[in-house]
Amino acid sequence: MTVGVFAGINALVAIGLCILMGYAGQISLGQAGFYGIGAYVSAVLSLHFGLPVVVSLILAMVVAAMVAVILAVPALRLKGHYLAVATLGFGEIIYIILNEWGPGGPSGFGDIPHFSLLGYTITSTTGYFYLIWGLVAVVMIFSLNLIHSRTGRALRAIHDSELASNAMGLDVVELKIKVFILSAVYASLAGGLYAHYITFISPSSFSLFYSILVLMMVIVGGITNLWGAIIGAVVITVLPELLRRFEEFDVLVYGLILTLSLMFFRKGLVPILVEKIKKLRGLAVVKH
Amino acid sequence: MLTVFLQFLFSGLTVGSVYALVGIGFNIIYNATSIINLAQGEFVVIGGLLMWFFTESLKLPFLLSAVLTILSAGLIGLLMERLTIKPLKNADLLLMIMITIAVSIVLRGILMFNFGKDPYVYPPFTEGEPLSIYGAIIQQQTLWVIGITGLCIILLFLFFNKTIVGKAMLACAVNPTAAKLVGINVSRMVMLSFILSAVVGAIGGMAITPISLMEYDKGPMLAVKGFCAAIMGGLGSNRGAVIGGFIIGILESMTAGYIHSGLKDAVALVILLLILFFKPAGIFVSKTMLQLRKF
Repeated sequence: MTVGVFAGINALVAIGLCILMGYAGQISLGQAGFYGIGAYVSAVLSLHFGLPVVVSLILAMVVAAMVAVILAVPALRLKGHYLAVATLGFGEIIYIILNEWGPGGPSGFGDIPHFSLLGYTITSTTGYFYLIWGLVAVVMIFSLNLIHSRTGRALRAIHDSELASNAMGLDVVELKIKVFILSAVYASLAGGLYAHYITFISPSSFSLFYSILVLMMVIVGGITNLWGAIIGAVVITVLPELLRRFEEFDVLVYGLILTLSLMFFRKGLVPILVEKIKKLRGLAVVKH
Repeated sequence: MLTVFLQFLFSGLTVGSVYALVGIGFNIIYNATSIINLAQGEFVVIGGLLMWFFTESLKLPFLLSAVLTILSAGLIGLLMERLTIKPLKNADLLLMIMITIAVSIVLRGILMFNFGKDPYVYPPFTEGEPLSIYGAIIQQQTLWVIGITGLCIILLFLFFNKTIVGKAMLACAVNPTAAKLVGINVSRMVMLSFILSAVVGAIGGMAITPISLMEYDKGPMLAVKGFCAAIMGGLGSNRGAVIGGFIIGILESMTAGYIHSGLKDAVALVILLLILFFKPAGIFVSKTMLQLRKF
């Protein structure tokens, strides 16, 4: 059940990154930064300022969105490698800030209040499971609507050719910034939920490794399919539980999975499955 | 006052040398393939840890260990290129970035498995009294680091400008199709670029480990700082990478010394972001060169 909660939290971050990468063609290695902002802002506001958790979560998303704007305006003019390293640098800066100035420094802090709404407080893992997967569903419906809307088509156009989309009159920069903000907001929501669920946070949960983990979820699931992000999140979250025996190997196994899936399943699990199913259906139709 | 300043300056030059070497490593591969190899930092770690393995664990003589370390690093660079980069030929840039990240994780996993999470150190190359300049203490290893970096830069300069292979590699960078047409084996040049940059990184790692210790997860930070050095001087320019590396190293050690040691890693990152946002072509790049580049 705990694993299920984490899978849901990771799915939220992965959906955001999937829209950013698969649909807008922009890479980010700094999602852990927004995830950390969400967790710290929401935790501090609710613990030290006594705000209701729902309010602190929303404020955390607002803060993440503002940081995303500040970062996105200059960063999204960059492409490829430059953008990858810029976002990586951003994530690491947030990590250093949390270590140096975050409450509790490198060892973090606890006693973060649980999630509560209308006087009802969720403390059980089961409760969080439903809450988080409910939110995943909401986010997913919103995102699916988005990518099947005009905006979504515009984003795919950007992915294919920025120049052509520009020529068609699309405001490429504005769209990219919006998607970047959206992915940051998803990540901060996930970070906030994480903080209120385990009630103890320290900077180590928000390091570069987390950004890479999310990247892996999106790639394993398939960057061109939003369902892939959820599948990827579940697979990558459950995997360590299955790989427990390998303890020392975990980093190596992660790396190998990422390398191999990049080399042999470039499209990711879900798009490959979709193709297979289509093929099978095609065969069935032919037989009729 | 002066003593303290000089002390920080020398420690800055020392780490700066390593950043410069990492930056040059980025350049070598970038020039031949326009790929940024984000596993570049891992080569430095490999250099340091393998050197420890050969000298301390196997008790081999110093020179033999150094040669073996360099050969192994070159071999790892070669394997990386043949196993991951070559099969993905002409893949899109996003995939190329991710594959180098994936390889860096694999390398880190292997290093962690073999060496664990502890930092490693071995004695300096030469024993002896540290030098003293205006009261600032300079260890002999510092001179080794700076000297070796200088030697690498000179050798690379000679290689790229005086030898036929080096010139062929530069030709691949300028225009791979044209290079192919005049009979250069581009694929072999790409392979060579990976070997060369792995070796350059490993040499940096070997030299710095006696001063700053080495552990399995130092790679990403080294890569980021080396990349920062490389773009500071304009990606592709080795001279720029050297100057960039020293500037970052010095700023870093000044921050650690005068402001707060916890912030030293943030300095390079902030510089990196500022350069990327405002002058992604690099600080020392002329206008015409700027026009020739794409971002």
